[in-house]
Amino acid sequence: MATETVNKDILRGGQFLVKETDCNDIFTPEDFNEEQRMMKEAVMEFNDREIVANRERFEAKDYALTEEVMRKAGELGFLSVAVPEEFGGMGMGFVSTVLTCDYISSGTGSFSTAFGAHTGIGTMPITLYGNEEQKKKYVPKLASGEWFGAYCLTEPGAGSDANSGKTKAVLSEDGKHYLISGQKMWISNAGFCNVMIVFARIEDDKNITGFIVENDKDNGISMGEEEHKLGIRASSTRQVFFNDTKVPVENMLSTRGNGFKIAMNALNVGRIKLAAACLDSQRRVTSTATQYANERKQFDTPIASFGAIKSKIAEMATNAFVGESATYRAAKNIEDRINIRISEGNSHQEAELKGVEEYAIECSILKVAVSEDIQNCADEGIQIFGGMGFSEDTPMEAAWRDARIARIYEGTNEINRMLAVGMLVKKGMKGHVDLLGPAQAVASELTGIPSFDTPDYSEVLSEEKEMIAKLKKVFLMVAGAAVQKYGPDLEEHQMMLLAASNILIEIYMAESAILRAEKSSKNGADNAEYQIAMAQLYLYNAVDIVDTKAKMAIISFAEGDEQRMMLMGLKRFTKYQNMPNIVGLRNKIAEKVTEENKYPF
Amino acid sequence: MKILVCISHVPDTTSKINFTEGDTKFDTNGVQFVINPNDEFGLTRAMWFKEKQGASVDVINVGGPETEPTLRKALAIGADAAIRVNTPATDGYSVAKQLASVVKDGAYDLVIAGRESIDYNGGMVPGMLAKLTDANFVNTCINLEIEGDNVTAIREIDGGKETVSTKLPLVVGGQKGLVEESDLRIPNMRGIMQARSKPLTVKEPVAVSPETTTASFEKPAPKGAVKLVDNVDELIDLLHNEAKVI
Repeated sequence: MATETVNKDILRGGQFLVKETDCNDIFTPEDFNEEQRMMKEAVMEFNDREIVANRERFEAKDYALTEEVMRKAGELGFLSVAVPEEFGGMGMGFVSTVLTCDYISSGTGSFSTAFGAHTGIGTMPITLYGNEEQKKKYVPKLASGEWFGAYCLTEPGAGSDANSGKTKAVLSEDGKHYLISGQKMWISNAGFCNVMIVFARIEDDKNITGFIVENDKDNGISMGEEEHKLGIRASSTRQVFFNDTKVPVENMLSTRGNGFKIAMNALNVGRIKLAAACLDSQRRVTSTATQYANERKQFDTPIASFGAIKSKIAEMATNAFVGESATYRAAKNIEDRINIRISEGNSHQEAELKGVEEYAIECSILKVAVSEDIQNCADEGIQIFGGMGFSEDTPMEAAWRDARIARIYEGTNEINRMLAVGMLVKKGMKGHVDLLGPAQAVASELTGIPSFDTPDYSEVLSEEKEMIAKLKKVFLMVAGAAVQKYGPDLEEHQMMLLAASNILIEIYMAESAILRAEKSSKNGADNAEYQIAMAQLYLYNAVDIVDTKAKMAIISFAEGDEQRMMLMGLKRFTKYQNMPNIVGLRNKIAEKVTEENKYPF
Repeated sequence: MKILVCISHVPDTTSKINFTEGDTKFDTNGVQFVINPNDEFGLTRAMWFKEKQGASVDVINVGGPETEPTLRKALAIGADAAIRVNTPATDGYSVAKQLASVVKDGAYDLVIAGRESIDYNGGMVPGMLAKLTDANFVNTCINLEIEGDNVTAIREIDGGKETVSTKLPLVVGGQKGLVEESDLRIPNMRGIMQARSKPLTVKEPVAVSPETTTASFEKPAPKGAVKLVDNVDELIDLLHNEAKVI
């Protein structure tokens, strides 16, 4: 809210890596205000009543139902949470936007995709880049759900390389129109959209340009058949063909050649929202699988009491908890940054744009981490259901199929992994995040004598926080050495980037969970002891991943003494003073989940 | 027409029920609270009178500050104003006395309360309230139409329905049927935002001493295991000697 006091000292994007965060400075789901709690309940009720209750129809490719439910969501104001009040929206903060996206998404990926495509990439480019006339004309209708939006970027030959599209925009002789021709594919909401954000190239421009195009079949726009897809079956996905489609010059979005930037910034917002859209799915799959495990008996025993199943339930709940912690942490950072910009005199539009762009690294991290968590969660959900999980009669297989796309759209996880590290290195070079100083400090620590003092870890999660500090050193050691070794050619070394990115992701996710658990513990929250257990379990797994990835990287580019020194450093930076009892933690978490018979955190 | 809807703040039906303080107090730890379903049917019907007949709708609860989120949800659904009488809801009689005082001060034409709340299931408040405010009373009401002062209501009675005519002022003990479950409203985003700025007045209670106090609560015995027997003699033996019921 703009009325809240703005803390100007919040971390800038990417700075989490080199600065310690105080647990009181992060926002957690425990901090939702009464209004947000009410929104959450309203959205959950809508999800249960309109989406979950109709799950079979969605799986039977009932595209009309997707449109109908979208319209109902519009009537309740769910499509306009992020839209400024002057354009018919609610003008709520970024946390509320993310919350809506989170809780509306677990019924089916079909609706979740339609919702995300409309509110995110279908509407936001206009609210963020449109001029006053464009916003007045289109945004109120999109906010109310009278009209629906779609986003036409991808082409048969231009997927991850989005700027290479062949769609052309040619200025008409009278200078009043652009004539757009080309083919777009995988267009969500194509079947029922009224407005499309279309990216096309003018002449031989280096970068593409964005246009607002009204869907009119008499204006050279035609659609392919609905695509037959693995998942998100009732999400309308078609090819869209433009054949000399006349678009008034005033419908150019932003300026000529700015389309690639629009496309990328729209995706930044899309990424954190996509992460949010995978959260409640994890809670729901975890709850459903737990309920089954409590009821299903084998060997005269509910399978929920077997260690093999407990281990799965504990990991599923933990990952959902960690995803929540990191997503809402970043969402509030973005909201605060937007408010800082506004307080400094930026327009709302400019502030929002810069606020999200600031945390593009975190958005990529979240997209990758949470989309992979839901896939694993749904996979284990099927496993807990056994043969029944493989059947269309239980909701697990649809959850698994729907989860699969999340690793592909809004930039593949591979692209996002590389982007996260690439953007961080760029921020370091520009001096926005001081990576050099800390990296040098780590380098000299490697050659120094380690401290032999026994640290005092009596305070809650203090060893875990120390461990996070050490994992950050691993990243700085590995990435620092790689930058030195490869210089600007680093981006050619994708396997290195992916390894570094995995380390970065684990650090952000684990730190977010630890800080949330610490905050809950200090505030005396009911379930703080379980939050602590989940933070510890996640960290333990994260340390393993960091160790493996860092080792792979070090061996690939360092030799001899340098290699030995770095491997020694890695050993030191991944060493626990007191190993956590992982089996004990898993039992504790799983027993709480099975006792409550749902994801209870 | 001025309508007052009584809103009980009750545990969600899926909540785990536990007691503290020597089984004399309900343990609210970790419990999710909701609008009492019987009251929500009434609130939804009241919203219909507001939208179709221009009625005003206030909501009221007798309880501590912890019940305010439930009242604000009623505001988000569309009620105009909320009143909280700042005292714990100890028993039906004391709640009815508190409500009666507000109803008299506010000169309400119609009071809709749930037939009973789903926590303690006392079912006494609507009847007592009608008596205390000298209003007419229709309980277990499943349909309510009002034209001017004239009321036509349908009651659910054992094995059938009864249509009654009466006049305002009226107290209704409502339930499902006043509207159907599919008519219940999800608060929309604008309603949620507006709920913040709608009045929620806290009134101090009138002096009433509760007529009853809780001595203790007892949970039903947990379900035992099922024992399958394969002959009648053994069954008779078990019923006689083990269960001691024959």
